[in-house]
Amino acid sequence: MDEALLRSLTPGVLTILVRRGADFAAAEDAVQDALLQAVRVWPADPPRDSKGWLVTVAWRKFLDVTRADAARRRREDLVDEEPAPGPAPSVDDTLQLYFLCAHPSLTPASAVALTLRAVGGLTTRQIAQAYLVPEATMAQRISRAKRTVSDVRFDQPGEVATVLRVLYLVFNEGYSGDVDLAAEAIRLTRQLAAAVDHPEAAGLLALMLLHHARRAARTAPDGSLVPLAEQDRGRWDTALIAEGIGILQAALARDRLGEFQAQAAIAALHADAPTAEETDWPQIVEWYDELSRLTDSPVVRLNRAVAVGEADGPRAGLAALANLDPSLPRHTAVAAYLHERDGDLATAARLYAEAAHQAPNLAERDHLTRQAARLNAQLNG
Amino acid sequence: MAKYLLLKHYRGAPAAVNDVPMEKWTPEEISAHVQYMRDFATRLEGTGEFVDAQALAPTGTFVRYDGEGRPPVTDGPFAETKDLIAGWMVIDVDTYERAVELAGELSAAPGAGGAPIHEWLELRPFLTEPPTVTE
Repeated sequence: MDEALLRSLTPGVLTILVRRGADFAAAEDAVQDALLQAVRVWPADPPRDSKGWLVTVAWRKFLDVTRADAARRRREDLVDEEPAPGPAPSVDDTLQLYFLCAHPSLTPASAVALTLRAVGGLTTRQIAQAYLVPEATMAQRISRAKRTVSDVRFDQPGEVATVLRVLYLVFNEGYSGDVDLAAEAIRLTRQLAAAVDHPEAAGLLALMLLHHARRAARTAPDGSLVPLAEQDRGRWDTALIAEGIGILQAALARDRLGEFQAQAAIAALHADAPTAEETDWPQIVEWYDELSRLTDSPVVRLNRAVAVGEADGPRAGLAALANLDPSLPRHTAVAAYLHERDGDLATAARLYAEAAHQAPNLAERDHLTRQAARLNAQLNG
Repeated sequence: MAKYLLLKHYRGAPAAVNDVPMEKWTPEEISAHVQYMRDFATRLEGTGEFVDAQALAPTGTFVRYDGEGRPPVTDGPFAETKDLIAGWMVIDVDTYERAVELAGELSAAPGAGGAPIHEWLELRPFLTEPPTVTE
């Protein structure tokens, strides 16, 4: 049973149903039913034309539901004129699906869930597991999302930037149960980047590949965080890094810079350094300057302060930090780090402990508590 | 089987015997503590007694309805004086005695100096549905 194949066929099957006149929500239900049937039937009886099989079964499921609904009799008439199912058309307009699932009328959480289901072909249970919520909750979220976009016309072009934002959200979820969301986001972004001519789609793909390449080194066997400087670079995936850099360079060459390309450029500079000491910090600062121009995000300016601290020394970093709002997430952690580099261990220990209290997740909290403990042990010893 | 909630407190429980804030431990002591908690949960998964465990951030806010058309009231800047729950573990065990035994074990997680923290855990039984068969 090739689950990857099933998932890659899903969006195409769905768009065919919609083009034949099924409304999005009903078509989506029918496709999910067909997928479940495929999982049951294929291992014993594999079809010769997988996509054609799915289209036929999904269309039949759609008709079953539609026939039961007297108000939809007109659509049934339309069905009679439909040619007998043969090989499925190979025109791929799954792009429309991406736009629909990232529609601005959806909340980010709904857009993510709908994208994973309609474009990614994941089951409701898989998505629920990935987000650690009960299946019933996720089912509600998805059906509400489908209702929200049910009136949206399927032929309107959407905003690529919105789609990219949704895929970025999927990638950033670190949970990994049955489905690895980071890998799933990469798969979908690959599809998208192949379908649209947009440097930011390439930029996002490069960014994901470069981050993903370092994943194995990012946590210790006991689950604790390993900071970039201490990571075992031998465990970075050099093939992914090379691919990411290649994609990024092609995107940059088109001279239409966007924030994902700029972020990918920073990730590439980290990935390129053979040791932490050889990191090209001055160039990273320049990219953060570009990024600040593009986004004006306070988080970017916070990260820039770290880079300045590495490029020009901790005092310069602290000066850059002084202009920022202290209530920013991770502001205290950055201050602690820069004070430690500046040799003020007592202040650094106090700030690390404070940062641990503000940490948004357990791994970060434990990491920061350990930093405080390390410095306190040094101060007492 | 009955479910019990084991509550850890940041504040509001009586002071632990080995009461040293975590950032004053050594990194090795922190690792040992985390490992103890993890092993404990894994062992209870093995015995079929583990249900759920979650940690909570130390910032908590009391919120109250303040009447039609008004924003909810929050409890203001006096956070220092209120109880704060640090996290929970839910277990499903045969007897109250077993629940007490497990809570005792969890409270023995190592802290500063490698010695048990002896922290106070709150043990609360879940209210349950009435049984289907009563006679």
